[in-house]
Amino acid sequence: MKFGVLQFPGSCDEVDALNAARKVGDAELLWHGDRDLKGADAIVVPGGFSYGDYLRAGAIARFAPVMESVIEFAGDGGLVLGICNGFQVLCEAHLLPGALLGNANRRFTFRQVGLEVLNSGGAFTQGCSLGERLSIPAKHSWGRYHADAETLAAMDRAGQIVLRYADGENFNGSVHDIAGVSNERGNVFGLMPHPEHAADELIGGSADGLKIFASMRLTVEGAHA
Amino acid sequence: MRARVLIRPKAGILDPQGEAVERALPALGFAGVANVHVGRLVELDVEDPAQLESMCERLLANPLVEDYEIVSADAATSK
Repeated sequence: MKFGVLQFPGSCDEVDALNAARKVGDAELLWHGDRDLKGADAIVVPGGFSYGDYLRAGAIARFAPVMESVIEFAGDGGLVLGICNGFQVLCEAHLLPGALLGNANRRFTFRQVGLEVLNSGGAFTQGCSLGERLSIPAKHSWGRYHADAETLAAMDRAGQIVLRYADGENFNGSVHDIAGVSNERGNVFGLMPHPEHAADELIGGSADGLKIFASMRLTVEGAHA
Repeated sequence: MRARVLIRPKAGILDPQGEAVERALPALGFAGVANVHVGRLVELDVEDPAQLESMCERLLANPLVEDYEIVSADAATSK
C-alpha cells in the first residue's frame, strides 16, 4: 500500500502527511508539475498555501499538472484525501461539493478540536466507530464550510457528511457543524482539521489522525483482496 | 479591451469582512451605513471580451459562493 503525497509550491504539511502515511504504509512525494502518480494506491493533498493561495485558496492549485492525474485517478475510484488546503483544492476542483470561506471569527485559529464520526462505513473512517470522538488539531483562516441547502440535504441522505465538529467546537462557523465531507461515491474525502498532525500521542495531542490513514489502508487492501 | 470584474459574496452568505467594516465605520463617526460587503476587483486587458464570462466561471470567481459582474473599465469612472 503506497500513499502519494502531493507537493505544491507553498505546501507546508506534506512532510507530516508523509510521516503519518509511513506509519501505516509506504509513501512518496509527488511534485505538482509531474503528471506521474508513481503507482500510488491513494493520494493525499496536504495542507499549506498552494501557489500562495492567490485569488482564493486552492483556486490555482486545482489546475496544476498533477491535479489532472488526480482527477482522473478519482474518476477511476482511487482514494483521495484532502487536508485543510487540500480540502480547499478538492472543492475548487469540483471533486467535492461546496466551498470553504473565511472563518466566522475572522481570525487564523489554531486549536485542538473534537470531531464526531457521523459515517463509520466509509473508505476513510471504517476504522472508527459510529459516534466516536476524535481529537485532532485544526489551524486555518478559511475553514467555514458552505454548501446550499439542496446540496446539504442530498449529502446528508447519501452519508457524505462524514465528520462534524462536536458541540461547542465549531469555531469557524461551518454550516451544520460540518468538518469533513466525501463525494457521492465515497472515494474522495476532505476535512479542515489535520489528521497528519495527530499521528503521535507525544506531540499531536492524540494519535487519532492515524485512524484516517489506517482506514484508507484497509480500504485499499480490501479492494485488492 | 480593459475590463473590470467585480466579485462579491453571494447574498445570504455570512460576510465577516463586511460586518467588521460595517462596525468600524460608526466608530469613526460615520452614521447611517448598512449592508456593507467586501469583495475583490480584478482588472485585465482582454483581446476577446466574449471569453470573460468563462474566465469568471472557471477561475476568477467561485460561482458557488460568489457573484461576479463584468464591466468595461472604459465605461467606469475612477479617482
